[in-house]
Amino acid sequence: MGSVEISDITREFTRDDGLTVMAIGGVSLSIADDEFVSFVGPSGCGKTTLLRIIAGLDQATSGTVLVDGNTISGPSPKVGMVFQEYSLFPWRNILDNVAFGPEMRGISKEERYALARRYISLVGLDQFEKSYPYELSGGMRQRVAIARALANDPDLLLMDEPFGALDAQTRNKMQSELLEIWDRSKKTILFVTHSVDEAVFLSDRIVVMSPRPGRIRAVVDVPIQRPRDRTASEFGKLRRDVLGLIEEQSRQAND
Amino acid sequence: MGSNTSSGKRSPVWLVISLTAAIIFWQIIADYVVRNKFILPSFTDTLEALFDLWAGGTILIDIWTSLMHFAIGLLLALAIGVPIGICIGWFERVNRLLDPLIEIIRPIPPLAWIPFAIVWFGLTDFSAGFVIFIGSVFPILINTYEGFRSVPRVFVEAGRMLGCTSSLCLIRYIALPAALPHLAAGFRIASGVAWMCLVAAEMFGVSRFGLGQKIWWYYNLHQMDSVLVYMLLLGFIGLFIDYLFRYGIDHSLLRWRVGEVN
Repeated sequence: MGSVEISDITREFTRDDGLTVMAIGGVSLSIADDEFVSFVGPSGCGKTTLLRIIAGLDQATSGTVLVDGNTISGPSPKVGMVFQEYSLFPWRNILDNVAFGPEMRGISKEERYALARRYISLVGLDQFEKSYPYELSGGMRQRVAIARALANDPDLLLMDEPFGALDAQTRNKMQSELLEIWDRSKKTILFVTHSVDEAVFLSDRIVVMSPRPGRIRAVVDVPIQRPRDRTASEFGKLRRDVLGLIEEQSRQAND
Repeated sequence: MGSNTSSGKRSPVWLVISLTAAIIFWQIIADYVVRNKFILPSFTDTLEALFDLWAGGTILIDIWTSLMHFAIGLLLALAIGVPIGICIGWFERVNRLLDPLIEIIRPIPPLAWIPFAIVWFGLTDFSAGFVIFIGSVFPILINTYEGFRSVPRVFVEAGRMLGCTSSLCLIRYIALPAALPHLAAGFRIASGVAWMCLVAAEMFGVSRFGLGQKIWWYYNLHQMDSVLVYMLLLGFIGLFIDYLFRYGIDHSLLRWRVGEVN
């Protein structure tokens, strides 16, 4: 479960001065079950907007998104999201944060706590279930955010630069952990990032987008076996290729 | 950095020194400079008046009556201010509809409502409560509104992604807890304003008891030492109420905020 069918998505924004700006200009893409797909591209290429449309948080001006054959018209518990900003509810402790989704589905207290504990332990934070978000480091908070999204058992997990605010070391560690979680819980993951290195390390496929209006420039397969070695030559070559594609975009955009 | 060594708990020594000095100063000015009990009763005069009032007066009934007025006004303000604040903070249309009315009524000083309070509710406890309500409803309403306006968008979106999609659900589970620090601040401001309105409301004779009523009463009897006793009572009880709210709220409802502040 978790296939995504994006057909001909466009998104226009009306600015305050009345001009319309095309943020996404016709994007189509098919994503298979359990695939890990990253979106990279210079800022303004609409990758976050595209993710928000798939999440149902934003409406496309035209075009459709199907998740497992169902049209997305608003947020659905089948689609989970991890945000770039820290999105944990500061007034709830870790256990109650992770149990939020099940609580909304009307699951009894005992059951949802059992469920939440399972996901908290999946991200390795068992001893912190009674802590409040402010007591946790940035990396730990994003782990909880992942656990919270997973606790609803979505078929599709959307991640909008989830590790963008973390330091390099924590970031690498989180990437490996995310792959482990993905391996164990098997779902489709769409991952927006600024880091080509991160995209090459994580993804089955990398979607390179170009700005103004946002379009798909290229879709790059990553045929490297996991676990991937960042220092391997094929890793480096792929990273160079993708970076080349992005730089070409930014140069054209700046001309 | 000497002051940091005793951080956490401030030494009560300074409190004692400061109070003692003030009392001695007061006594000297009253006894040797003013020398008129009517203009400025001394500390010992006031203390004596307190003992007399305690023995033969109505202090406890006055405190009780005033607290009742205070509670009527503040509870009414909560019951009306919070829901309206939520509605104008969450629903843009309700905001546009009610905002002009609120902005017109808000600048009217609460005490200007006293004639209507008396016409509508007579010389009753509720009449005093109503004036206090007018004074305290706006800080509660405005702070609730501000709190709802400043709920971070990411919390609402995270809630929606996790299955909390209706307005009612988002208000109850996301916006209200996120806005609680604002609500608490509004409630504290409101309780201060309420305490001020209380004196004026009671001075107009809405009841036979009350701290504000007694201030006016003893003024008419020219017993300024008793007036001072009631003034100090108002101060101390106000301080106590504020302390109670602050610590009650910070230590239970807003425990999660401890780390957010720094």
